[in-house]
Amino acid sequence: MSTHSSPPAATPAVGRWQRLRDSYLWYSFKRDRGAQLCLATLLALVGMALLAPWLAPTDPYDLAQIDILASELPPFWIEGSDPAYSLGTDAQGRDLWSIILYGTRVSLLIGFGAVLLQALLGVVFGLLAGYLGGRVDALLMRLADIQLSFSTLMVAIVVGAVVKATLGGSFYSDYAILMLILIIGLAEWPQYARTVRASVLAEKRKEYVDAAKVMGLKSRRIMFRHVLPNTLSPIFVISTVQIANAIISEAALSFLGLGMPETHPSLGSLIKAGFDYLQSGAWWITLIPGAFLVVLVLSINLLGDWLRDVMNPRLYKG
Amino acid sequence: MIAFLTKRLMHALLVMFIISVIAFAIQDNLGDPIQQMVGQSVPESEREALREQFGLNDPFHVQYLRFAGNALSGDFGTSYFYREPALEVIARHLPATLELVFGATLLIVLLSVPIGVYSAIKPRALLSRFFMGASIIGISIPVFLTAILLIQVFSIGISVSLFPESTAWGAWLNGLLSTDGGMPSFGRGQDLVPVVGHWETNLASLGGLKHLVLPSVALASIMLPLFIRLIRAEMMEVLQSEYVKFARAKGIGVRRIYFLHALKNTMLPVITVGGVQIGTMVAYTILTETVFQWPGMGLMFLDAINRADIPLIVAYLMIVGVIFVVTNTLVDLIYGLVNPTVKLTGKPA
Amino acid sequence: MALLEVRDLDVRFALRQGEVRALRNINFTLDRGERLGLVGESGAGKSVAAFSLLNLIARPGYIAGGSIRFDGQELIGLGERQLRRIRGNRVSMIFQDPMMTLNPVLTIGEQMVECLKAHRRIASREARAIALHKLQQVQIPSPETRLDQYPHELSGGMRQRVIIAIALLLDPDIIIADEPTTALDVTIQAEIMTLLLELCEKHNVGLILITHDLGVVSQVTQRMLVMYAGRVIEAGPTREIINDPQHPYTQGLMNALPQMATPGSHLNQIRGSMPPLSQLPSGCAFHPRCDFLTRADGSERPACSRQVPDFVASGNCRVACHMVAEMLAQEAAATEEDRP
Repeated sequence: MSTHSSPPAATPAVGRWQRLRDSYLWYSFKRDRGAQLCLATLLALVGMALLAPWLAPTDPYDLAQIDILASELPPFWIEGSDPAYSLGTDAQGRDLWSIILYGTRVSLLIGFGAVLLQALLGVVFGLLAGYLGGRVDALLMRLADIQLSFSTLMVAIVVGAVVKATLGGSFYSDYAILMLILIIGLAEWPQYARTVRASVLAEKRKEYVDAAKVMGLKSRRIMFRHVLPNTLSPIFVISTVQIANAIISEAALSFLGLGMPETHPSLGSLIKAGFDYLQSGAWWITLIPGAFLVVLVLSINLLGDWLRDVMNPRLYKG
Repeated sequence: MIAFLTKRLMHALLVMFIISVIAFAIQDNLGDPIQQMVGQSVPESEREALREQFGLNDPFHVQYLRFAGNALSGDFGTSYFYREPALEVIARHLPATLELVFGATLLIVLLSVPIGVYSAIKPRALLSRFFMGASIIGISIPVFLTAILLIQVFSIGISVSLFPESTAWGAWLNGLLSTDGGMPSFGRGQDLVPVVGHWETNLASLGGLKHLVLPSVALASIMLPLFIRLIRAEMMEVLQSEYVKFARAKGIGVRRIYFLHALKNTMLPVITVGGVQIGTMVAYTILTETVFQWPGMGLMFLDAINRADIPLIVAYLMIVGVIFVVTNTLVDLIYGLVNPTVKLTGKPA
Repeated sequence: MALLEVRDLDVRFALRQGEVRALRNINFTLDRGERLGLVGESGAGKSVAAFSLLNLIARPGYIAGGSIRFDGQELIGLGERQLRRIRGNRVSMIFQDPMMTLNPVLTIGEQMVECLKAHRRIASREARAIALHKLQQVQIPSPETRLDQYPHELSGGMRQRVIIAIALLLDPDIIIADEPTTALDVTIQAEIMTLLLELCEKHNVGLILITHDLGVVSQVTQRMLVMYAGRVIEAGPTREIINDPQHPYTQGLMNALPQMATPGSHLNQIRGSMPPLSQLPSGCAFHPRCDFLTRADGSERPACSRQVPDFVASGNCRVACHMVAEMLAQEAAATEEDRP
C-alpha cells in the first residue's frame, strides 16, 4: 500500500501553563460556574487559614488575651452582641472568629498531611501489588479489604483509642496533630492502593510495558518511570475526596475526644466544645464552626465530583 | 454450596483471628490486671507472685491461647468500671444499638431505593437534581453535626425573626421557618417495654419510638445519600445495557423493565457495597450515640476508652468483630442467592 | 402495497457540539416474506437504521423526519404504547452480541414468557408451552431444562438460538437482525445463519439483515442496500449488485473480499477510512477515498466534491454516484446517436 502515515511533527516545547490552558480540564472549568465557585470558596478558606495570624483580631492560644467574663456572647446579628467579637465568643471567652480561623488551619493541615501520608503508602503498596502480583498482591489486597470493610473511621477510632491509652492523654494532646495525621494516614491507605493497583493492572496489559521489559529495563524503573505517570490522573481525582474524608475523620475523632485538645482546637473540637452549650441556647459556639466545616468539605466534594466527571466519567462509582 | 460456605467460613475465621490478636495485644500492653486487682499499695514482690500465679509471665502465644480459649467460652474478663463480666455489660448495651441500627437501616432501605431509581430514570427532572444536590450536601455534613442540627431544630427549636414580624407575610414566613422543638434527644426515654432478659425495646411504645426518631435519622443521614448516589449510578449504567434495550425491543412495558430487569441487576453491586458499609455503620453508631447519649455499645465503648476500661474495650472489639463477620457472611449469602452466576444453589449447571 | 415502506428517514443526534445527522434520506420497502440486506462498514448507520424502525434509538438520537409505514400504519409519531404493541410482536429484533442481550438475572423461561404475556392474554402454563415449542424449533438440545436455566449456563451459540426463539415467539411479520452472527465463533456462524434463513422461509417471515459480510448477504437476501456515512448509495437485487457493483464503494467492498485477491498478492482494501458523521466531506461523502475522481481522459469531475449525487437507475439497481450517472448519460446519448 502506498499510504504511509507521515512521521509525527515534532511538537514545539510548550510550557506547562500553556498545556493547562489548552487542556479539556481548563476548558470545562471555564464553562462551569459551580466548579469556579467551589474553587473560589476553597481557596478563600485555605487563604484564611494560612493568613490566620494576621486576620485574627486576637490570638486564641494566648491565655492573656482571653476575657472569661466575655464568654458565650452571641454573633453580631443577635441582640446582646459585642462589636469586638463579630461572631461572638465561646464558653471560655475566646473570640469565635479568631478561633475558627486557627481551627480551619489545624483541620486543613491534618487533612492534607494525612492524605499525603495515605497517598505515599497507598501508591507504594499499590504499585508493588499491581506490578509484582502473586503473593505480595494477595497479601496486600487482603489486608486492604479487611481494613476497608472495617471502615476507615472505625480503624481510626480504635487506633486513636489504643494510642491514647498507651501514650497517655497529655502526651497524646501535645502531639495531637502528628498523631491524627498518622492515624488517618494509616487508616485510609487502602483507597489509594486499590486505585493505583487497578490502574497498574490496566497499564500492565498495554504494549509499552512489554516493550520496556524487552528493552531490558529493571522492573523498579519500569514502575516509576513508565507506569506511575499513567496512574496519576485517578490518584489526582480520588485525592479530592480523600482530603474531604480526612477532614471529616479528623473532626469525628476530635468530636469523640480522640483528637485535638480544646486548647488547640480544630473545627471538630470546637464543635465538641460548643455542643455542651447547645441546650443553654448558645448554639453559635457549635453551629458556626460546623458551618465552616460543612462549607469546606462541601466545596472539596463538589470539586471532586466535577473533576471525576471531567477526567474520567467511568473511573469509579458511587 | 458447601465449597462456598467453607470458603466464607475460612475467611471469617481469619478475620476473627486477626481481630483477636489485635485485641489481645491491646490487653497485653495496656491492661495490668494486678494493679486493678490489688491497687498501688501492694509491694512489688507480692505482685510478681500474683503475676506468676495468673500466668502473666508466660510467653505471648501461651497467653494468647488462654485468652482465645476464654473468649470462646464467653469470658472476656471483668470490666474495671462496672465490676461485672464484660460480656454482661455488652449484652446490656447491645439492644439499644441494634434498635438504633434497625431504625436507620429501615430509613435507608425505604428511602434510597425509590429515590435512587427515580433519579436514574429521570436524571434531568427537577426533583432528581434536588435529590442529587441534597445528597452531596448530606455526604458533606459529618454525622455528629447532622445530629446536633437535628437537636437544635427539632428538640430545642428555633425561632426565626428574619422577616419583619409586623407584616402578615413576614410573620407567616417566620412562623414557617421556626420550629417548636420538643422531640426527645437524650437517651432512650422511660417508655421502654421489656422483652427478654436484658432486652428492653423502644419499638413497642409511642414514647419509645419518639426517642428513636432523631438518632435513627442522624445515623441514616450519612449512608442514605451514599446509597442514593450508588443506586442511581448503577441503575443508569444498567439502563444503557443491551439487555434492557432488548427488553424494550421485545415490547415489555417500562414498569417491568425498570423494576424487574434493571432493578434486580442494580441491586447486585448495591448489596456488596452494603456489606462493606456495615463497618462504617458501627463507627457511626459511636458518634450518634455520643451526641444523643443513647445508652448503646458505641457510647459504652467511648466511655470505656475514657476510663481506660481495657477488658471492656477488648470485649467490644471482639463482639463487634463477630457481628461484622456474621453480617458480612450473610450479605455474601444473600448476594449469592440473588445473583445466579454465583453457584451456591445445588442446581446442576 | 409493501409490508414496510420507509420514506426519507432522517435520524439525528443532538450532541453538545451540535447536531449530527446519522441517517439521511433512507428509502426502501420490504414485502411480506422478503429478505433485505443492509450492508456497510461499521459506523455507516446500519444499526441506527434498524433501531429507528421501531423508534428504539436512545437519546440523544431522534427521528427528525420521514415516514415509516408498516402494514398501512404510520409508525413515526406513534405513541409508546402503540409502538410497544408492535415491538416483539409483529416486528421483532435479534441483537448482535448474545452474551449481552439476555438479562443475566432472569431465567430463559422468564424472559420468554414475559414477552408472550406482554402481547397476549395468556396463562403461564400455556406461555411456557409455546416457549418450549419455539426452543424446539431453534433446535436447542434438551429444551425443557433450558427454560429454568440462566443465560450464563448457556454457550454463545445457544444463547443466540434462544434469542432467535424469542424473536419468533409471537410469529412476527418481520425480524430485524443486527449482525446476528458477528459475535459468534466462525464455526457456529454458518449454523445460526442457516437456522435463521430456514425459519424465515418456513414461516414466511420478512428479514432485515444488517451485516458487513457480503457473503452472508448474497446467500440469504433477495435485495440489498449498501450504506455509506448515513446514506444509501446503492440499492437493488442482491444478485445484480454482487455480480456487477456499480458504485465505486461497493466495488471496493467486493474487491476487498479475500477470495477476490490473487493468491500471494496483497488484499485489496479501500484506502482511508470512513469519515466521522460530524465531519462529512462536501459533495459525495465517498469522494476523498474514491479512485474514480478523474475521468478516463484524465480530466476532473468537479461535481464529486461539490454536489451530493442523486440516484440514477442502472438496470434494476439505483446508484448514487456522479461517475455512474455520467457514464449512463453518455451511453444514452450514444444510443440516441445510433438511432437514425
